[in-house]
Amino acid sequence: MTDASALPRSSIPARWWQRTSVLDPRYLIAGLITLVLIVAQLRYHVVGGYERLVVALLTCTVTEALLSAFIRGRVVNLQSAYISGISLTLLLKPQGATLWPFVLGGFLAIASKYVLQYRGNHLWNPTNFAISCLLLAAPNRVSVLSHQWGNDLATNLVIWTFGLVIAARVRVLHLTLTYVASFLVLNSVRATLLHQPVLPEIAPITGPMYQLFVFFMITDPRTIVRERRWQIVVVVIIAIVEALIRLASDQGWPLPTAFNVGPAFLALAIVGPIAKAIDLSRSGATPRSAGRQATS
Amino acid sequence: MPTKAGTRAPSHQGLRRLLVAIPFFGAIGAAIRMDAVPTRAPTDVTHPGFVLDDETAAAGIHFVHHRPTFDAKIANIEPHVAALGASVSVADFDSDGWPDLYFTNSKFGEPNALYRNRGDGTFEDVAASAGLADLNRPGDGVSMGTVWGDFDNDGHEDVLVYRYGYLALFKNIDGHHFQDVTEAAGLHRWVNSNGAVWLDYDRDGLLDLYVTAYFRDDVDLWHLSTTRIMHNSFEFATNGGKNLMFHNLGNGKFEDVTDKLGVGSTRWTLAAAAADLNEDGWPDLYLANDYGPEELYINDHGRRFTLQTPGLESESKSGMAVALGDVFNRGHLDVFVTNISEKGYLFQNNNLRVNELTDAGQRRFHNVADPVVADAGWAWGAQFGDLNNDGTNELFVVNGFISDDPKTSYWYSMSKIAGANARLFEDAKTWPAFGHASLSGFEPSRVYLFRGLAGWTDVAKSVGVTDVSDGRAVAFADLSNRGVLDVIVANQNQAAILYRNRPDSSNHWIELALTGTRSNRSAIGAEVVLETSGMKQRRAVDGGMGFASQNDRRLHFGLGHTDWVDRIVIHWPSGTQQVVTNPAVDRIVAITEPKS
Repeated sequence: MTDASALPRSSIPARWWQRTSVLDPRYLIAGLITLVLIVAQLRYHVVGGYERLVVALLTCTVTEALLSAFIRGRVVNLQSAYISGISLTLLLKPQGATLWPFVLGGFLAIASKYVLQYRGNHLWNPTNFAISCLLLAAPNRVSVLSHQWGNDLATNLVIWTFGLVIAARVRVLHLTLTYVASFLVLNSVRATLLHQPVLPEIAPITGPMYQLFVFFMITDPRTIVRERRWQIVVVVIIAIVEALIRLASDQGWPLPTAFNVGPAFLALAIVGPIAKAIDLSRSGATPRSAGRQATS
Repeated sequence: MPTKAGTRAPSHQGLRRLLVAIPFFGAIGAAIRMDAVPTRAPTDVTHPGFVLDDETAAAGIHFVHHRPTFDAKIANIEPHVAALGASVSVADFDSDGWPDLYFTNSKFGEPNALYRNRGDGTFEDVAASAGLADLNRPGDGVSMGTVWGDFDNDGHEDVLVYRYGYLALFKNIDGHHFQDVTEAAGLHRWVNSNGAVWLDYDRDGLLDLYVTAYFRDDVDLWHLSTTRIMHNSFEFATNGGKNLMFHNLGNGKFEDVTDKLGVGSTRWTLAAAAADLNEDGWPDLYLANDYGPEELYINDHGRRFTLQTPGLESESKSGMAVALGDVFNRGHLDVFVTNISEKGYLFQNNNLRVNELTDAGQRRFHNVADPVVADAGWAWGAQFGDLNNDGTNELFVVNGFISDDPKTSYWYSMSKIAGANARLFEDAKTWPAFGHASLSGFEPSRVYLFRGLAGWTDVAKSVGVTDVSDGRAVAFADLSNRGVLDVIVANQNQAAILYRNRPDSSNHWIELALTGTRSNRSAIGAEVVLETSGMKQRRAVDGGMGFASQNDRRLHFGLGHTDWVDRIVIHWPSGTQQVVTNPAVDRIVAITEPKS
């Protein structure tokens, strides 16, 4: 640990920046999503009932504890499960007051890390897997966060600001920025090709669903490829696949509703594991050490 | 077996992962299963105890609503902006004892229709001769709905027409002709309104008027100076028109007391209902706001209203209609507010709120909507009423937003714009073009029965309600004075429907026709608690209820197999409480408010 008193005299932000460099990135991510949850709930009551939060968090953490103990022989750090639980609480919007999507979603998110592995590594971001799975399997009962966030500039700015700072701190800012830039370019091109106004096509990136996507899913260190340049390539491919999904929706293709509702989630769910598997195959990775685990 | 530091050997981990795979894939299967199975087994829909027959044509009702057209600047989303205006209200305008029907149209030049009930099961449109037909004119606006009430207590039901445009108040002269008294009444105000209710908020015996506003009052949809007219949030918008309260001065004039009373919400209110929800003797206001949370304004002795959010703030949605009814026969008025649900895209869920305002330990509403009643599609008007006369309320919900090209849905486009920042979609021209897309179109109406512990069941198909029109307003009325609630539906840009109700004949009933003396003559705001066999039922005479609708002024109670009533307690709007013991049943009982 670094002795804070030994840090050179500098501004408060600079000292904060230096202090946070010694923190496990997962703490910063957990802190950010907690901030998102608190802001969204206090300002917009976005949770839709605290029982959802309790069920999702309990399911994720208990599943993580049980499965890690059962498979690895010890209970791992539960921060990853905590992040997944909050993400699911924010993202899942079920029909009526049903709670089973949070139970199944939480279980699927965590269990996917243990079941769907290649060379000892899991391939899907847990929350992304659970959301995509539920959207595909239960579209009549489950939808995702869309406009339950107030569409408010000030709140969005707070989250974007903290998100970008923390993304820089945990060294995934290039992923976030690459995706945002790719989204803007690709969907502007798509709008132009379709002779449609550009603004509606780039509008979704300003919404809450995409905030969670660019800060908590696409940046998951455990499910991205290893080299920085390939990370950027993969993110661009994800954005391209998403744009293609949107193009298909524009053309009225009979896609499952999940593709219309969460094209970014589905694009990541399709491209992410393939890229990760290729990366693992190329690097000849061996099963990871038992001490490491997923970030979200 | 653990190897070191509490970790297992890779081979053991593989075996255990395989074991975990079983519940993992089982969970995926469970999700698929949960998606496919009905939310409740439809085992009890075969005997709902009534049938609703579409007898629109036989009744001589041929009304077709036409939607408006607006400034070409918002042509890209005109189907959305022009998706309201079909309404129906019930009033015995000619005082012949038979409830009549008034439908609004919303296109310039298209007439409203006032159907006089001939008493033989048929109706005739007398709107033109009554002076209530030609109300959709350039410069004045187009009709969005009407509410009836005897504002001058002369024994004739008058009518307020609210429009996207100027309000219009018509005085009923002789039961056959109406006179436009808007200017004289001080109501010549441009309000882009979708709702209004009559209520006597200060208990002075005169009906006051609460008008809800949707678009801002500086928006003229035919001559737009800007396209920045839309909401500034999909769930927390505050930039709508300002709701208005008008105090009836008793000399044919009304005074704007909105700010004095503190009821000028700008939350894009689509519907309002007035009733004494906290049972303190003063009528309160409950608002269903589009793009925002519901609002409850508690009446402080007629001096002021206080905005309260007893459990309402956490479910901010797209409120479309407010229906009040005693859901569980507790003797209290509960609240049902419709919202939007579209499978896969959005579950805002309808709210069925149990009224616990009188419970000292609670003082709030408790949402008990199960998945069946929570999801009625893109739901609009709703009404509670005992359709099978078994002593408990049914719930009729009409729905469907825009039915156009069945192969093209706007939902994908909506999902793009709805999650965006407000600065984008506040401007109408930013929205993706509608073209001929449908948006939650072709949805079947819902007819919910409450089955006690079994919850709610949709029996629409089994009772004969199979239309998939774009329902907006629904009203209940005993059109043939036979102790049965018939159902009238106004559909957007489509033909209206009259469902003639045929319940099992073995059930008993009673209806109360109230006439105020110290209260307003229409008895609007009167609440009645009927007690029989230890059961209580509360009903209220409404001055507007649901969405763009108003029910029969007479209060209908089903009694099941019980052929007596212990007593009836009438809470008159004046504050007078009247008790009637052992009234005759299976008939319409006329009750006049005691004068002292």
